[in-house]
Amino acid sequence: MSDIKVKITDREGVVHELDAPTDMSMNIMELCKAYELPVEGTCGGMAMCASCQCYVNSDHELPEMGEAEEDMLDQAFHVEDNSRLGCQLHITPEMDGLEIELAPESDV
Amino acid sequence: MIKTDILIIGAGPVGMFAVFEAGLLKLRCHLIDALAEPGGQCTEIYPKKPIYDIPAYPEILAGDLVKNLAEQIAPFEPTYTLGERADTIEKLEDGTFVVTTNKGTKHNAPAVFIAGGLGSFEPRKPPIKEIVDFEDKGVEYIIKDPEFYRGKRVVISGGGDSALDWSIFLADVADEVSLVHRRKDFRGALDSVEKVAELAKEGKINLITDAEVKEIHGTDHVNAVMIKHKTEGDIIKECDHFIPLFGLSPKLGPIADWGLEIEKNAIIVNNALDYGTNIPGIFAIGDVNTYPGKLKLILSGFHEATIAVQFAYNIINPGKRYVMKYTTVNGVTGFDGEKKEAKKAVVKSIG
Repeated sequence: MSDIKVKITDREGVVHELDAPTDMSMNIMELCKAYELPVEGTCGGMAMCASCQCYVNSDHELPEMGEAEEDMLDQAFHVEDNSRLGCQLHITPEMDGLEIELAPESDV
Repeated sequence: MIKTDILIIGAGPVGMFAVFEAGLLKLRCHLIDALAEPGGQCTEIYPKKPIYDIPAYPEILAGDLVKNLAEQIAPFEPTYTLGERADTIEKLEDGTFVVTTNKGTKHNAPAVFIAGGLGSFEPRKPPIKEIVDFEDKGVEYIIKDPEFYRGKRVVISGGGDSALDWSIFLADVADEVSLVHRRKDFRGALDSVEKVAELAKEGKINLITDAEVKEIHGTDHVNAVMIKHKTEGDIIKECDHFIPLFGLSPKLGPIADWGLEIEKNAIIVNNALDYGTNIPGIFAIGDVNTYPGKLKLILSGFHEATIAVQFAYNIINPGKRYVMKYTTVNGVTGFDGEKKEAKKAVVKSIG
């Protein structure tokens, strides 16, 4: 097994401690969906919808944002300095203990 | 009134393939799509991206998949209503349906296939509580006629190309243009960014960065917005129009009000039988439907379309017997009578 632990706080404030496989080339958006957390992942992971926006609350060093992710977050709402798109965060062993929080849904 | 056998809402890959399967059963199809050309997301969002899980295609660009589908269904002469969104559905006494678009085009068919994918693409609305109350009362998400803003005070928000381009354009038309953006950086084309900076320097655009519009003020029309600035606090900006330009996002839209059973933005269908919805005669195929074990894959949608067509046949031709036939054995006969078929050759006998 090559699982790591990721703590995800949902929009109701409930903390979920999830076992995240590092060997299935999954990302954080997919991890949320796999555990049936309320993440739409509308665009399927192409950084084109921001429905998987989350806030990174631990001080893990994460890969830098690509242009697509910056572009999307630029148009998204509820964006903070620690915002990332879950679909662009590929799960790696270095992310063990990562703590993130789901951003509010952007629909009025 | 446009009449057809199967009315397909959504001209993405799954809706298109349904035309092929329907054609084999001699059923005609008409497709409605809010976008201006067929192909759905494959055309609109990722035409140049490869897809690797279409059976027998190790790799195919989404745009090419659509091109191939168009060629495959051409013998069955599909017709289209493009650039219009299916808005309402009505069941007539004879059991057929009338679907009307936002532009008033009416379509009549005994079977309706909803192949709407993620829904129709609509402007993304910023999360301002009162924004809905001001729609068409000073809040516009799309600029239809720039002349409308002549002599008016306009606040635009957003950081992409459309926010930049319209700010530049309206700088000459409107009385006053303010562009509000959450960051200092803009993601639009370099030319546009430079032009906005230049117009800001000349005082023709009031550029407000590190800021977001948080409230809309007015009684029966917008008369000001409240802008929250990262360091300078709240700014009340008097204006006649507030135009948020944050791109498009897909919404299930009016279909959500058709009386169909919906779960998590998708239409519940009977996957054990016919991919029918709770309304007999209305089927849902592809990404727009849901059932236990649903996978949003193009290949699953192709399967669902094929099954649903067999049941639509029974609705359109009650009591008329038919069995599914293999195209390899029978070929494909287009509606113009032209037949594509395998060359006759000796085949090894079985056993």
